[in-house]
Amino acid sequence: MERPAWAPRSIDITVPSVSRIYDFYLGGSHNFEVDREAARKAMEFLPGLPGIMRANRAFLRRAVRYAAEEEGIAQFLDIGSGIPTFGNVHEVAQRSRPGARVVYVDHDPVAVAHSQAVLAGNEDADVVAADLRKPAEILSSAPVERLLDLNRPVALLLVAVLHFVEDADDPYAAVAGLRDALAPGSLLVLTHASFDGAPSLAARGDGAAGVYRDIRNPLIMRSREDVARFFEGYDMVEPGVVAMGRWRPEAAEDDDPYAFSGLAGVGRTA
Amino acid sequence: MTAEPGGPEDRLRRFATIWSRAVYPVASTSSTRPEFERELLPLARRLREVLRARGFDAPEARAVGAALVDAHCTDPDTLARTLDCVDAYLVLYCAEEGDPEHLRARSARLQHAVAAGFAAALRERTLAEQEAIAQAALKAQGVVAEALHASEARFRAVFEGAAIGIGIADLEGNILQVNGALTRMFGLSDTGLRARRVRDWTHPDDAPQTWRLHDELVRGEREHYHVEKAFYRPDGTVLWTNLTVSLLRDADGSPQYQLALMEDTTERRLLNLRLRYEATHDALTGLPNRSFFFERLEKALAAGPGHRFGLCYLDLDGFKTVNDSLGHAAGDRLLVEVADRLQACATAPGEMVARLGGDEFVALTAGPDTGPGVDALATRIMNALLAPISVDGRELTVRGSIGVVEGPAGERSPAEVLRSADITMYRAKSAGGNRYELADPEADARVITRHGLTTALPAALERGEFFIEYQPLVHLGDGGVRGAEALVRWLHPQHGVLGPDRFIPLAEHTGLIVPLGRWVLEQSVRQARTWRERYGTGGAPAPLRINVNLSPCQLTHPGLVRDTVEILERAGVEPDALCLEVTESALIGADDDLLKPLRRLAEMGVDIALDDFGTGYSNLANLRRLPVSILKLDRSFTQSMQRFPADPVDLKIVEGIVALAHSLDLTVTVEGVETGAQAEQLRVLGCDTAQGWYYARPGPPERLHDLALVDATA
Repeated sequence: MERPAWAPRSIDITVPSVSRIYDFYLGGSHNFEVDREAARKAMEFLPGLPGIMRANRAFLRRAVRYAAEEEGIAQFLDIGSGIPTFGNVHEVAQRSRPGARVVYVDHDPVAVAHSQAVLAGNEDADVVAADLRKPAEILSSAPVERLLDLNRPVALLLVAVLHFVEDADDPYAAVAGLRDALAPGSLLVLTHASFDGAPSLAARGDGAAGVYRDIRNPLIMRSREDVARFFEGYDMVEPGVVAMGRWRPEAAEDDDPYAFSGLAGVGRTA
Repeated sequence: MTAEPGGPEDRLRRFATIWSRAVYPVASTSSTRPEFERELLPLARRLREVLRARGFDAPEARAVGAALVDAHCTDPDTLARTLDCVDAYLVLYCAEEGDPEHLRARSARLQHAVAAGFAAALRERTLAEQEAIAQAALKAQGVVAEALHASEARFRAVFEGAAIGIGIADLEGNILQVNGALTRMFGLSDTGLRARRVRDWTHPDDAPQTWRLHDELVRGEREHYHVEKAFYRPDGTVLWTNLTVSLLRDADGSPQYQLALMEDTTERRLLNLRLRYEATHDALTGLPNRSFFFERLEKALAAGPGHRFGLCYLDLDGFKTVNDSLGHAAGDRLLVEVADRLQACATAPGEMVARLGGDEFVALTAGPDTGPGVDALATRIMNALLAPISVDGRELTVRGSIGVVEGPAGERSPAEVLRSADITMYRAKSAGGNRYELADPEADARVITRHGLTTALPAALERGEFFIEYQPLVHLGDGGVRGAEALVRWLHPQHGVLGPDRFIPLAEHTGLIVPLGRWVLEQSVRQARTWRERYGTGGAPAPLRINVNLSPCQLTHPGLVRDTVEILERAGVEPDALCLEVTESALIGADDDLLKPLRRLAEMGVDIALDDFGTGYSNLANLRRLPVSILKLDRSFTQSMQRFPADPVDLKIVEGIVALAHSLDLTVTVEGVETGAQAEQLRVLGCDTAQGWYYARPGPPERLHDLALVDATA
């Protein structure tokens, strides 16, 4: 029997969670031993995973600041927000633009509960439990309706999340569904795991991907071409889809090699 | 703040740069390295103060350690690298003067305090974050449990409140859960139902595929199936259901349970059966009705080569009398009894009895050799009707007429077969009833033609398909034409010219004879006027007269006198120009009421001829009472005179009739005169006028015109 949409699966904290693993890589303690075990296992293949996560985090920070300061965007929809320890979108955005509004979306009930605790008292930010694969549910959720004016530009953040959506679930349709709801001048901010540009990592990366596969969150590596397809209907902001570390770096000396695995890009709706 | 190169501020910055470069790679921060350096600069300044202060400020050194944790330097390596950096460079860049030994000792204590502060802060942070995530997990679990509970409550409500029966069983067939609707449908308690296994629910009416589908489902080869299925209730009654069974799989896709949804269709099924029965059976007798019979007849006639059918079409004789005298209720009881007896006659496979309506029944038999079978069936039916039927204490004798049709399948339509049976039945009836007749294609064809002519008659009159021929009436004394008999003909579009014997009985039967007769009278009277205008006043010995036949139906028609007078007046013709011919049989037993119109006409001057005299009862005594002035001897008398020498007895009879007629003041006309010898003989016998082929065949009015002219000039 198909479980109806209103009844989420039960929470089993003995199963590692993608968001808690992410937190661990970022030096946080919002995780349990099962998460750390999985994270350490993946690191046996790719010891630089924490560096990749930090590079991802750094890109997110640069992109949010770009959106707020260069594009004048004051609304953010962060899908797949997880359990971020530092550099959260609302912190970065509200520092650049006081009053900027942020809605976080995650389908992990623990991440949502944690975000609720973190955001308590913040009038301009909220979190909603929903799934990227069902854009309509996100767009019609109460926090989105309350905080975001979809007639004005929104920065849509799909950071380190699309590589957890298999082709069978048609991530392209989901991304297109969200795009169609955005006003002109909106941004898509995206990062995606990829071996393009870092072929030497491919063999070891496969091992790390295996860890995610084992925890029923397969990590889908996509080529630059496939990642670029997510930007259909968007005009690319310079420099296009590039390695995370190459997207508008602020300091020349960031030379962590892991900053160059994984692709990032920003697009703007016409 | 400007920093003089080489000055204290510049040296402090150089320390911060070295420190940030050492720690940045292992620090968890989204800041850039220069930003990170700016974050470390105040901490470096505080370390410098602790290094230089007179007394050692351990809390401040601890605070710097804690501040590192706040800057997201949570990796233990950040502490190691920080301490390495402090140990190597703090004194070098930040101690401007002082005892090196003392500075080194201060630096060592400072490092211990930073480490302790870092460890304490990290422990605090770790504990706080562990607490936070545990709380979040707990809260999320609560939310999920609540949603799950709500969803399960909804499901439970749907499950319990559903009007359809729902049951869940494992793959071995153990029934695990059932809802209220299912227990009500089965009339079993929850435990009673669960004590049974799926396999126990077999029923003799199970379709052959029912259990095969079930086996496929529990083997995981089929996701669901849908069947109509019957179940026995504990009280022995039968429950009919629309059953849908689905396979439930677990998260890994292995078959786990079977889910049955069933809808109680017992009532609907009964209703359908009843509606079907009612639609196909006669309410009074319970026999199959007309539509059911036609269904079966069609099937019998559509059977392939080598198949034959036999049909008995029964109509009770005199049933109307029963209905009229004893009432419809008695009639109905009689029909029910007849139906029962008929039913008992047709019990073999392929035989059926149906009621078509009223007192009409049919018995049908089908098979490879129905010839003897249908004869036997008809005989059985006749025998079944022999015993009187007791209705309301009366013993009623019932007789019937049966039309039997037998033949090969595939040649005739049901309607054709039934018509043949109907015609044959009427043949049996007109032969006196209480018998059965076998269908005869020729007899059928006659009836069918007759029927066709009957239905075509009214339109034929409207379209003017009738015309009149005239046969002269000749005076035997002087050989002069005295008049003519009007004989109506029908120019039928298919059958050609038809004589009156072909259609006058039909017109009599349908009543069309009245308008047709009036038309003939009009035409004839108009013709009489034409003749009279031509030579009425000429030298003819007597004015020409027209003879028109009057059918028994016209005779009793109330408008006869009025119509006749009107026609004569409109044409401006004297009544004595008209002679109406009435058959002897039409006047047998005629009472005064019937004779009154004839008398009226006779009084007006219209001649009345008694046609076909000598064929009927020939009640001579009656002749006196009749308002007739002419006797027309039937052609049978003249026919007997064609032989030579003529039968003396016949001659005597004709002579006698003529003498009698003359004594009653009646003139005598003979028909069918074909030879001169005949004519001479009849003249000798005293007949007055004659008609026949010897003089002229019936023909158009102009022919008579010519004859009359010849006669006039002769």
